Amino acid sequence: MTSTLSSRRAPLADPAAQLATLDAAMTGRATFDEALRGAGWNALTPATLEIFQINLGKLCNMTCRHCHVDAGPDRSDAMMTRETVDACLRALDQTAAHTVDITGGAPELHPEFRYLVDEAHKRGKHVIDRCNLSVLLLPRNAGLAEWLAERDVEIVASLPHYRQRNTDAQRGDGAFEKSIAALRLLNQAGYGQGNPRRMLSLMTNPAGAFLAAPQASIENEWKTALKRDFGITFDRLLALNNMPISRFLEWLIESNNLDSYMSRLVDGFNPAAITGVMCRNTISISWDGRLFDCDFNQMLDLDASTPMTVENFDFTAWQRREVVTRAHCYGCTAGAGSSCGGATA
Amino acid sequence: MSDHYYAPDHLKAFGTISEGAPELGRKFFDYYSAVFAAGALTEREKALIALAVAHTVQCPYCIDAYTTECLQKGSDVEQMTEAVHVACAIRGGASLVHGMQMKEHAAKVGM
Repeated sequence: MTSTLSSRRAPLADPAAQLATLDAAMTGRATFDEALRGAGWNALTPATLEIFQINLGKLCNMTCRHCHVDAGPDRSDAMMTRETVDACLRALDQTAAHTVDITGGAPELHPEFRYLVDEAHKRGKHVIDRCNLSVLLLPRNAGLAEWLAERDVEIVASLPHYRQRNTDAQRGDGAFEKSIAALRLLNQAGYGQGNPRRMLSLMTNPAGAFLAAPQASIENEWKTALKRDFGITFDRLLALNNMPISRFLEWLIESNNLDSYMSRLVDGFNPAAITGVMCRNTISISWDGRLFDCDFNQMLDLDASTPMTVENFDFTAWQRREVVTRAHCYGCTAGAGSSCGGATA
Repeated sequence: MSDHYYAPDHLKAFGTISEGAPELGRKFFDYYSAVFAAGALTEREKALIALAVAHTVQCPYCIDAYTTECLQKGSDVEQMTEAVHVACAIRGGASLVHGMQMKEHAAKVGM
């Protein structure tokens, strides 16, 4: 277990310091834009908007070593207000996006979480809760799994590995045991048993400086092992790469893995993964109501090329923008590709 | 030229081994890729086998490469350590089972 960069006043808490570190690590390598052009993309442009991803804030009950948000128990400084949640809903109503993807921090700790879920559900949207699992065990969240099930909310739960060692290495001692207990709660609430209204997706990301496994090739093994070892079932496995930003960037530097990891991402550039990257079909909204191309650009404070807030949302202008890219974007196009929906290639 | 055996950069430059015999190099690397593609065995299973064999043939390049590859195919260190023990057990067992020849010969020449 670590602590937040913010609480330690670490230089990397500043997004500008992260970008400068990344730029330095890219010396002598092709920029992401050059790689895009080499693959026939003059610019990364939006596809049909499908997903409203709302980041309610940085408060979390966990402090994982790889967190790209720098979330933690001390981050109540960054929390979306009811007014901004309402502005998100008004913006949502201007689009045909079919999914509201709620993230954080641990979004379930946010006082407006249930309000947002209810409002999105009432609008007929598919709602995703990006859940760290252990949050479901907090006494204040007793009954939350059933509450979410009643609203057809899909749970996308983080679990680095189906075995204890890698999970605890990344998420802290005891995290695996809590994850298993929470998965049992979700199964008891009807999740993870093939019912499209009780979807339980597991999201795995590497516990180290290597790329994610191809999700299709390991899903059956995960299902077999979790069923055999713990009696747990789930619907699908998503795999994503770690972005070289925030606390994972700090770990890469401290473990002397930054250079080799950037090589892995750059050398692993897969043109087939570009079409499906999330910045093309997703709006990412920060706790303070700003719009970004993705959650990673949000954390790096990289404003969209057409800066906008949910209060002055202009859908037509948004769809005409070009996506802002930097070195970290290689994380989404390496190997099998990587997005909030898992592999893209 | 490096002043020691087993330079880590050799692994990155492995493809240049084809320069002396391009056709053989192409055939080897095509074959190699085909071997590791998913088939009756998964890519993850093949990577674990490769890791075990790498320890048997004691190739440091292969050990580095297939450690990363096993992790990237979804194995964890406990599973990989068990794979290395499989290699170790077979190597040790192969020595020990030759003891049968020793026993027979000792029986033949001894009283």
